[in-house]
Amino acid sequence: MSMFGQVHKFGDDINTDYIIAGKYRSLSGDMAKMATKIFADLDPDFYQKIQPGDFIVGGENFGCGSSREYAPRVILESGLKAVLAKSFARIFYRNSINIGLPVIICNTDGIEAGDQLEIDLELGVIRNLDKGTEEKITPYPAIINTILSKGGLLEYLKSDNFS
Amino acid sequence: MGQTIVEKIFSAHCGQEVQANDLVMANVDLVLGHDYNGALTIDIFNELNKPLCDKDKVIFVMDHVVPSPSEDYSRLQGKVRRFTAEHEIKLYEMGDGICHQLLPQNGHILPGDLIVGTDSHTCTYGALNAFSTGVGSTDMVAVLATGKLWFRVPETVKIFLNGKLPEGVYAKDIILYLLGQLSAKGAIYEAIEFSGPVIDNLEIDDRLTVSNMVVEMGAKAGIMPGDEKLITWLKSRTDREVNLVKPDEDAVYKKVMHFDLSNLVPQVAKPHNVDNVTDLAEVIGAKVNQGVLGTCTNGRIQDLRIAAEILRGKTIARGFRLLVIPASREILIQAIHEGIIEDLLNAGATVLPPGCGPCAGAHGGVPDDGEVVLSTANRNFKGRMGNNQAFIYLASPAVVAASALTGTVVDPREVF
Repeated sequence: MSMFGQVHKFGDDINTDYIIAGKYRSLSGDMAKMATKIFADLDPDFYQKIQPGDFIVGGENFGCGSSREYAPRVILESGLKAVLAKSFARIFYRNSINIGLPVIICNTDGIEAGDQLEIDLELGVIRNLDKGTEEKITPYPAIINTILSKGGLLEYLKSDNFS
Repeated sequence: MGQTIVEKIFSAHCGQEVQANDLVMANVDLVLGHDYNGALTIDIFNELNKPLCDKDKVIFVMDHVVPSPSEDYSRLQGKVRRFTAEHEIKLYEMGDGICHQLLPQNGHILPGDLIVGTDSHTCTYGALNAFSTGVGSTDMVAVLATGKLWFRVPETVKIFLNGKLPEGVYAKDIILYLLGQLSAKGAIYEAIEFSGPVIDNLEIDDRLTVSNMVVEMGAKAGIMPGDEKLITWLKSRTDREVNLVKPDEDAVYKKVMHFDLSNLVPQVAKPHNVDNVTDLAEVIGAKVNQGVLGTCTNGRIQDLRIAAEILRGKTIARGFRLLVIPASREILIQAIHEGIIEDLLNAGATVLPPGCGPCAGAHGGVPDDGEVVLSTANRNFKGRMGNNQAFIYLASPAVVAASALTGTVVDPREVF
């Protein structure tokens, strides 16, 4: 099944403090409210610019820094459907998989802000509908595919005890 | 085939021989949570609705935003208090200290252990010859329910630190220098195995400082081989048997790097990236408004001693604010006994209760717009201390203490 959406482009080393700053932690009892502060330290109006189904596209080392799981959670809560980057910091990568947010490793150099993308996770392909280009997705290992197909680690654990 | 320290620890926790890049299910010895991510973890655990696997493998610490500055934080913390009481889980209360000080200090970590925690700086315990790494709340829930977690066994980069560290140059300068050399993505998904005379000569406090910041270069762990010094240090903290994990001589490394640190000079990470590192000389004389001495990187007794030595009998610059946050109650008490706290207070410092202080970005010293903070912490991201209009520089305790005297960046080697 394909996902269609518009690109919000970021550079290298986007840390989880930028995704959701520490000072908003007190809002964590209400994820919808917390999500309105997504990327607020970089752009106070970022939340208003998101259309449901949009994608985040970063460079190298996306999601570095703090282990806060709120970072991928506010991305998902904001209506964003996937994060694409050349590489991910490992805790953010795990956290995203664990909550069912696809994190996609691919060459993001040719993707620009505002581009329309079509992403087909099963075929492992990203089509840039504005540029007419295509990128291959680095396939997930089996365990990640299983967790993502269940919708996250919590759902996986409901039926399996890591046996 | 020979194994690295990491491969040996994972093999021992998987019941079979494993090697780098294997995807494995490993038994976890200890899982750590804190007040910052605890409420989310508890919500997910309750939704899973399974029994707790082993309460003795769990520790929660109230350290990130303590004492609570608002009703919202109090509710989040109350949830952690009720959960730990209900399940008879060990809880370190506010004021006991920072998790990454308490777990080593109180004998919870042994060489060869496999530990995860919902804090990226869980990698600190690599200094104790253990494998430890940060995870998120859902991963923690998996461990709470099963005692296990899946991992990709990381490849290891071996870093030899050769030579002899010059006077006035510290563990913080070592790790900042390495960050500058390797960059924030230089060790992504990898484990670092430190070795060499510089590491051998460091005290345990200082080794913790080095391992603490490996996550800033993307590393999963920063492990040290351990030695008699470590065994002696651990013996005073635990009755459990201590067995060091040494790498095989024919272990396979992704890369081997050598650095000679005999001529290392004080380092600084400039705003707003941890790898924006230069020699301190480049920023000498720059105006600073606030100094932060503490955090899981540099809030240990050795750090406070260095600051007290510089500030004893002197007064910090007018208008400068020096926040001192001992990393644990034990350290605070020891610092009181040694006269360190009196020296720092007399110099004009403000002492805050043990905890993460302003580094968590929620309270305890949020800077004003345009202000410059010189901090011994591990992150200088824009907004990290709660204000995205402030500028954070990272340096050693000696640099922070020396700079407090003038309110500008000072080379500590010229103050001693």
